[in-house]
Amino acid sequence: MSATNTNTDHMRPAENAVTAELSTQEQARLRAPFHRERVFRNFSYFSPLVILLLWEISAQLGAIDRRFFPPPSAIAETFLSMIVSLELFRHIGATLQRVAVGFLMGAIPGLFMGIFLGLFLRPRQIVGPILAALYPVPKIAILPLILLVFGTGDMSKYVIIAIGVFFLMYYNTFGGVRQVPQIYLDVAQSTGANRYQVFTQIALPSALPQIFTGLKLSAGTSFIIIAAAEFLGARSGVGFFIWSSWQTFSVTRMFVGIVTISMLGYLTLTLIDLIERRVVPWARN
Amino acid sequence: MTVTTETSIIVEGLTKAFYEPRTDSETIALKNLSFSVRKGEFVCLVGPSGCGKTTALRVIADLEQPLSGAVQVVGGGRPAVVFQEQSVFPWMSVQDNIAFPLRVRGMWRKERLERTRHLIDLVGLNRFEKSLPHQLSGGMKQRVSVARALAEDADVLLMDEPFGALDEQTRLELQQELLRIWDASGKTVLFITHSVDEALTLADRVLVMSHRPGRILADLQVGFSRPRDVVELRRDERFWDLTYEVWSLLKGSAVGEGEA
Repeated sequence: MSATNTNTDHMRPAENAVTAELSTQEQARLRAPFHRERVFRNFSYFSPLVILLLWEISAQLGAIDRRFFPPPSAIAETFLSMIVSLELFRHIGATLQRVAVGFLMGAIPGLFMGIFLGLFLRPRQIVGPILAALYPVPKIAILPLILLVFGTGDMSKYVIIAIGVFFLMYYNTFGGVRQVPQIYLDVAQSTGANRYQVFTQIALPSALPQIFTGLKLSAGTSFIIIAAAEFLGARSGVGFFIWSSWQTFSVTRMFVGIVTISMLGYLTLTLIDLIERRVVPWARN
Repeated sequence: MTVTTETSIIVEGLTKAFYEPRTDSETIALKNLSFSVRKGEFVCLVGPSGCGKTTALRVIADLEQPLSGAVQVVGGGRPAVVFQEQSVFPWMSVQDNIAFPLRVRGMWRKERLERTRHLIDLVGLNRFEKSLPHQLSGGMKQRVSVARALAEDADVLLMDEPFGALDEQTRLELQQELLRIWDASGKTVLFITHSVDEALTLADRVLVMSHRPGRILADLQVGFSRPRDVVELRRDERFWDLTYEVWSLLKGSAVGEGEA
């Protein structure tokens, strides 16, 4: 992948371009939109803070019930004390580990299945309908079954996340591969590429934009599933923490848990976004 | 350029049809098509769109199988193809696109970039080797396609309306460059186009195809001397005589079927 800088990235060089000098003012004007873009982009990371601000004001003014919706400042206070006591990190660590392992266990097979069924007609005709029939089964509904089979340890959490992630990755990758322009496959075939090369060098990169959509959906879903799974069968994790806070009616602690898990999700999505920007630079145009 | 009598491409009694199961109808694209191309020759296949000329090329390139008849590329070796649409991979830089055929052969990146560096110069893309296709103009993308096909180093080059989507000025420019490259390479070229003008500008021989199902209406020698200047050529009276001749043939063959 080329490492072009942001400026040339957006310029379309004319054929046989003549290099002419620009005045400093012209150069500044030329670059201004990109500066502005960068400022906006950096600001956009913080836009969720606006909601917190509104919440704080409403709670302080008594517009909402503080027993059910404690102000963010109170939540932050509890949050900080829990960070200092390192209590929260145990739960964050447990949840992150489960999500990471489960995510990989589901995403990798989903990715390969998507490319495979996307490229080959016969497997698609046989396996496709089976996957379509399994997909709508609610993941939470089969959690008791999963707990029964895999026990209440971490394995059951990995499996339930993997199942959810698998289908999202499969469908998005599959869609991406089905949309690979025929011309790319023709080029590959005319150069004598074998099936493996078509798989890795054409289908995979061409489907990358949709694969990243799948990764983002999967990351979000993983956190939804893990929270629910930890309610029921776990002794650690952010989901367990929320559930046990509810049982003792510590609403502020509950919110700490909710904020923590949504922050974990948000950070994960941001991370995937950053990777996408690096790996799929052509998809932005 | 030395013209040898050795044959490079043989198409014999080629029939190709397509079946549409939804309407249970068949379309005969080519019926009993025969022609041959000599080694080192530049042949243009010209005809209205939908006449099956692209189908013929795809069969020769082994992208489609004939229904009956045979196609042979003498001397073995797979022909290289330049496609009509924009076929440059958007996820690869210019240099990686051009070196793609060598990647398929399992060559290491360093070596394949080394080996294709001269092609970047040849098609005038130096300074842009690390650019991604979305940063290039249409003409430059087709230069990449041409260079990529040349990277295969095949004896036979099949070109499917490679300049069809370009503006006239860029097209003339690329035609001139293609002639320069071909003059120096001695490759056999089968070039598909719907432009009579383009066919006469480039070819040693022009095969005029009829409406679908396509057959050869005429096999015309284009005797302009080489190397050619694509602009100067237009001052030659024979150019316009040939243009008139081809158009008369095409007009006579039209059966009111219209564009397909």
